[in-house]
Amino acid sequence: MAETAIISGTIFSRDLPGPASRSWLRPAETELEGIDGTPRSRQSRRFALVSASVCGATDDRELDGGRMAGNDRDGGAAPVQVRGTVLTVRRVDAYVAMTVVAPAIATRFRPGQFIAIAVGGPQSGMLARRTFSVHDVRPDHGGTVEFVFLPREPGAQWLADCRSRDVLDVVGPLGRPFPVPRDAASCLLLGVGPGAAPLFALASRLAERGSQTDYLLGAESADRVFGALTARRTGRSATIATADGSLGSRGSVVDVLPTVLQQARTDVIYASAPTAVLRPVCAMAGRYGIPVQALVSEPAMTCGTGLCMGCVLPAVGNDGVTRMVRACTEGPVFRGDLVRWDDVGTIPFDALGAPGWKPKPASGERTHAS
Amino acid sequence: MPADLRTRIGHLDLPSPIITASGCAGTGRELAQFTDVARIGAIITKSVTLEPKAGNPSPRMTETPSGLLSSVGLQGPGLDGFLQRDLPWLLSRGARAIVSVAGHTAREYGEIASRLSDAAGVTALEVNLGCPDAATAGRPFAHDPAAAGAVVAAVRGSARYDIPVFAKLSPDVTDIVAVARACVSAGADGLSMINTIPGMTIDPVTSRPALAGLAGGLSGPAVRPVAVRCLWLVREALPDVPLIGCGGVRTGGDALELLLAGASLVAVGTVLFHDPSACSRIQRELEEELTARGVDRVSDVIGRAHQPAGYAADRHTWV
Repeated sequence: MAETAIISGTIFSRDLPGPASRSWLRPAETELEGIDGTPRSRQSRRFALVSASVCGATDDRELDGGRMAGNDRDGGAAPVQVRGTVLTVRRVDAYVAMTVVAPAIATRFRPGQFIAIAVGGPQSGMLARRTFSVHDVRPDHGGTVEFVFLPREPGAQWLADCRSRDVLDVVGPLGRPFPVPRDAASCLLLGVGPGAAPLFALASRLAERGSQTDYLLGAESADRVFGALTARRTGRSATIATADGSLGSRGSVVDVLPTVLQQARTDVIYASAPTAVLRPVCAMAGRYGIPVQALVSEPAMTCGTGLCMGCVLPAVGNDGVTRMVRACTEGPVFRGDLVRWDDVGTIPFDALGAPGWKPKPASGERTHAS
Repeated sequence: MPADLRTRIGHLDLPSPIITASGCAGTGRELAQFTDVARIGAIITKSVTLEPKAGNPSPRMTETPSGLLSSVGLQGPGLDGFLQRDLPWLLSRGARAIVSVAGHTAREYGEIASRLSDAAGVTALEVNLGCPDAATAGRPFAHDPAAAGAVVAAVRGSARYDIPVFAKLSPDVTDIVAVARACVSAGADGLSMINTIPGMTIDPVTSRPALAGLAGGLSGPAVRPVAVRCLWLVREALPDVPLIGCGGVRTGGDALELLLAGASLVAVGTVLFHDPSACSRIQRELEEELTARGVDRVSDVIGRAHQPAGYAADRHTWV
């Protein structure tokens, strides 16, 4: 009980720097009072630097679908397809945590990337690969990859029934990883349910750069909160919200987000959650002017490698044009302000190539009317 | 000595009969991470439309027993984007590009074919007849021999003479041979079959169709027997027309089945989503299957299933 009580509140293991050493960015529209009472008009120069470095790092792969995939892609190693031996399968609360020996994937991995596993054996009737965010990689056995999932649908159930020494067909690491700020920053890691799993590898990467990490974890109930103890041990603070109030405060992570943002003086939010949570989180972060890197888990991926075009969502490119981009290849980590969260699951009328869309007649461009 | 996989279809020489099916190889870049695209017989590209297309909303895919139901809606960069980025990339990697063409009117098909002919390096054209016909309120061209023939005639008339044109047929018709004949009379150099089979699933949670596009196209090993029958029927009726077989090929044995039914080339599609290196694996397995049967050249098995049983048994112990 005592432990729960500590986890449930926002705790700070280290003193926060005072208002003199770091200014707290205020929400632009709402009248929320900052805890240190900094004038709300002043934008912190330090924040601007952090923001630029985080946002800049997202732009190394454009959203235009042209250059980012395949061997040509700049930055990040190409994924590999390997036969990985299952090392351990264990239950963690409601989840199954699986460790697979895959040195080629472990050495290429960067936090936020995922793997795609074929389920059901070589003659399987289940053709879609199951994709999982990598929880952690370890150097033992040449390199192991750990991931976490809920054994609900038949494919995940098959995977949960695998035993040590079974061999899996694994493709990875796939997708765009979390960009990490070059300078130390105060980072909030927000995870809902199994979405929390990829945040811990990110936290160690952030810690290497001297960044502070605060956790905000949520789930339906206590047994669905993943990594609460690790968060408390490794984070500067850990806040937990569950829908039924069985751990931490009752409600959604969105309810406690403003408090956490102010107490932690967050510079950057890294969020990994269902779309229904990412939408309000990105909206709120937008009001506060805090950049968000959002790891999407919907729509479900079929291949994970960018071949099938099944997992698209509307996102705005650097040129201001909305395109349908693949969560697996252009994502799964997107800049929160570039995804059109309200239009996920639709084709926005102004998206490139939407029904009725007409190309703008650019001056000087050759027209091909016959 | 391994079997010779070199294949001649029309006047095209390809290093292997294994190619990728339209819409299943991405732009080629995604596949190149796992397979050498130059060693695949050819890449059939995603269907190229005149203008960029955003496709259908998600969810676009759902898993069915041994199959996938999909309604991507031909998302793509349009002809300009394809010519600027995707085609040069494929050529730079030494891949052979069979460009799939899609449109809503015969005129649109013709325009794309003519502009693709101006670009260097197009190996062949595949006419995607699965698109809804604007003139008949969304009925696919492939459902009507006359409409299919008109599109093929427009493409054949606009494409350069030395670029072969393949018409991709739908299995969802009463008489596939009638459509095949119409396409060949309209000038198709070959036929490609099958396109996906229309299907639908209902999501038990929402009690609504699982796909945002309501119905989708079924593909994967579940449809392979349908593909084999279509190939058989068309090969019986038009034995001299080269065929591209496509539908549920997962192993070298499956590819051999389509070759025996009459296909000269075998396109691998949905299985690439399951196993992105499937092309090279199937190529290797096909080689082993042929070697195990004492066949020297892959061209020796094409359409072999049409020979009477006694004939095959007398001359070729492997059948």
